[in-house]
Amino acid sequence: MNIRSQTQTKDTADTAFARTIDLDTSSVRELNQFLHDLPRALPPGSNATALRVLNPRGVHAVAAGVDADVTIEIAGDVGYYCGGMNQHATILIDGSAGIGLGENMMSGLIHVRGNASDSLGATAHGGTIIVDGNASGRCGISMKGVDIIVKGSIGPMSAFMAQAGTLAVFGDVGEAFGDSLYEAQLYVRGSVASLGADCIEKPMEEAHRAALYAKLAQQGLAGEVDVGTFRRYGSARTLYHFHVDNAGAY
Amino acid sequence: MCGIVGLFLKDASLESELGHHLSVMLETMTARGPDSAGFAVYGGGEAGRTKVTLRAPAGFDDFAALETALGAGARLTRRGSHIVVSVPTNQLDVILQKIKTAAPALAVSSVGAHMELYKEVGLPADVASQFKLSEMAGTHGIGHTRMATESAVTTAGAHPFSTGKDQCLVHNGSLSNHNQVRRRLIREGIPFATENDTEVAAGYLSWRLAEGDSLGEALESSLKDLDGFYTFVVGTDTGFGVLRDPIACKHAVMAETDQYVAFGTEYRALSALPGIESANIFEPNPATVYFWNRAA
Repeated sequence: MNIRSQTQTKDTADTAFARTIDLDTSSVRELNQFLHDLPRALPPGSNATALRVLNPRGVHAVAAGVDADVTIEIAGDVGYYCGGMNQHATILIDGSAGIGLGENMMSGLIHVRGNASDSLGATAHGGTIIVDGNASGRCGISMKGVDIIVKGSIGPMSAFMAQAGTLAVFGDVGEAFGDSLYEAQLYVRGSVASLGADCIEKPMEEAHRAALYAKLAQQGLAGEVDVGTFRRYGSARTLYHFHVDNAGAY
Repeated sequence: MCGIVGLFLKDASLESELGHHLSVMLETMTARGPDSAGFAVYGGGEAGRTKVTLRAPAGFDDFAALETALGAGARLTRRGSHIVVSVPTNQLDVILQKIKTAAPALAVSSVGAHMELYKEVGLPADVASQFKLSEMAGTHGIGHTRMATESAVTTAGAHPFSTGKDQCLVHNGSLSNHNQVRRRLIREGIPFATENDTEVAAGYLSWRLAEGDSLGEALESSLKDLDGFYTFVVGTDTGFGVLRDPIACKHAVMAETDQYVAFGTEYRALSALPGIESANIFEPNPATVYFWNRAA
């Protein structure tokens, strides 16, 4: 395994990081074991709070299952399930991410500077995911409390069965948006190709603008876009209550 | 699982590197399909001649006898377990019959003006090196790494499948109504060599093309008639097409630059291509036909 401490390396590019793990010479399993062994609350002055991962080359499950207050910067593209089940960690991806980025995340922050693939933030309960580029289909599928901010556009079947949390999209949204939606807050600045079953546009009122502004401000994005230009979508609430007229269908 | 890669060149200066890029892409998809691998490369060819790619079983040693049997009109080139026979197009049917008689153990992989099709059981890296893929030149090519689900791990069950001249298809997913469609196509006169679901999809497209559809139209109508989950990548003499099922079950990512259009089941298959940093990268939408064609 190739974990270099700051005092051992002469590589000035890495000196801002307490540790560097090069996936050309270490396995993902070694990287994740190192991360899993970190104590959840790192001691003050610990030099393990910043980690740089080199040469990910699209491998899967990078930094999955981390439960520690650590900052992980990944220099390159990652494959599937990066940051899955994340708790507390801040994960910065200087590249693109594959399927299931931040799936079932509980807390912390994932920021991808490129694009993200399918099922971003699937079932995620908390924390924040920011995508500078586009995200693909099924973005926020069954999201349960996560905040997702996509600066580009997202693909079809997004927010399917979304239950809680906020999805803010600066660009456009693909077909069947919010199908079988529960109570998540969906804000879109561009066009929506089509709405899924039981998803409707709702009035964007002052309280919603304030809530969205607060979410963006929390991530240093206040003023990046005018919250007045977003439209709001939500559940018509006709699907998830039992309706006696449908009794014969059971 | 299964992995698909495809590369369609717009810039002729990259043609000598087609095989190199395709082999790197194919090997990157090993984890998705370690059972077998195959690829079709469109390149070379001479006016008035057609290429027949043949697969020989292990231990086949009648190469010289085959050369004699086919006569002076046929030119044979051996690549690993495959033999490419270049024949005058007006003698194609006669020579196909001679191949059947002289070497019944050989299977016809493909027939076409430009296409050569290679496939074999084994790790993608071994398959690519056996056929020297990295040295091949061409205008476009498609590759597949297979993790078998619907039929046995055999060379015949590996992808690509070719059921028409210069046509081939690779598939990630599985079709649920392939037996029904196969019966219907057999009645239409389309022959099948395996029990494989993907061969049915290839046969279906060949049938539609023979009925006069463009490739785009043939792919459109497959959305109605083929049930199951799939991402298809198809090649023709001049084109390259992509189709995902209506819920986009199977992963797919594409990259387009001024020089090429590339397809990968996963992004990492594309990550070593030249200029990928500034490529337009997107995931094809469900139930949407994507097609790139070059002037014939």
